[in-house]
Amino acid sequence: MIYLELFITFFKIGLFTFGGGYAMISLIQNEVVVSRGWIDAPAFTDIIAVSQMTPGPIGINSATYIGYTVTGDFWGSLVATIAVCLPSFIIILTIALLYRQFKKNRWFNAALTGIRPVIPGLIASAAITLVTPDNFIDWKSWTLFIVAFIAVLWGKRSPILIILLGAVAGLILY
Amino acid sequence: MKEYLELFTTFSKIGAFTIGGGYVMIPLIEREVVEKRRWLERDEFLDMLAISQSAPGILAMNISIFIGQKIKGFKGSIVAATGIALPSFLIILAIAAFFAGFKENETIERMFKGMRPVVVALIAVPVISMAKGLKLNRYTSFIPIVSVALIVLLKSSPVWIIIAGALLGIFHYYYNLKR
Repeated sequence: MIYLELFITFFKIGLFTFGGGYAMISLIQNEVVVSRGWIDAPAFTDIIAVSQMTPGPIGINSATYIGYTVTGDFWGSLVATIAVCLPSFIIILTIALLYRQFKKNRWFNAALTGIRPVIPGLIASAAITLVTPDNFIDWKSWTLFIVAFIAVLWGKRSPILIILLGAVAGLILY
Repeated sequence: MKEYLELFTTFSKIGAFTIGGGYVMIPLIEREVVEKRRWLERDEFLDMLAISQSAPGILAMNISIFIGQKIKGFKGSIVAATGIALPSFLIILAIAAFFAGFKENETIERMFKGMRPVVVALIAVPVISMAKGLKLNRYTSFIPIVSVALIVLLKSSPVWIIIAGALLGIFHYYYNLKR
């Protein structure tokens, strides 16, 4: 039952995402590409490219896209999107009830202190696992990678602009 | 009814017109909710933001649910969440359906060949900025390194790494408390 698997997978992703969109990418990639094998690395990379360039939160965009890709229909999108949001509902509504206690909870804050340094490791592993022969076909790919990396890190260029320039470079180079 | 409609239009407008994810959305949500609609005080908003950031899940989704709940209870949270997610959902559905028919298109494939290494670079950059922001010391800088090694080399699930991080934080706090 693919829909049930999709639901469980994205519920888990929603529940364990700490630290924003890029941390979520690492969880999605691990579940969907590495352990379930639903899509391959280039297809996943393409989905992230499109999710970055279209409006809305990247987590919702990629869940909707992957749900569609895995099942090939609307229902897959719906199941994945609802599943990724459901933990947020349960957690935020519970917090809203216990607002004051939560704000000062020392044990929760202690747990977060431990989670924070793990997040860059998670994101780095997503980047490393996406360095595959299909994504990096030749030296031109590596040149694009280095130029984009420098442009974003030091040039502070917008990610959307960089992806669009990547598309233009692809048309010229290949 | 009018308030539900206002909630929906406010959040769907933000969902439809912000490209670049959660952190781009926050100032827009703040402007709409605090300045224009005056649903919340700025302090309240900042508290909600802090909690939404530390809770698991998609940041924009968390804060929408929180604000919706505050204004109109449980139904309000559903309306706000639907508002923020629906534009994404519809746009991506259209794109996914469109691309499914263009998979073998040679021009699109060339564009993606150029985009793929760029996307990997985009994912790699925040590793550096985040690690800097954490102000890691000689001991704590091992945590991200060990995490990478466990995931890449031993194929551990990030879920376990996060749970281990949380336990480490709690253990460390408890240890300091006892001392």
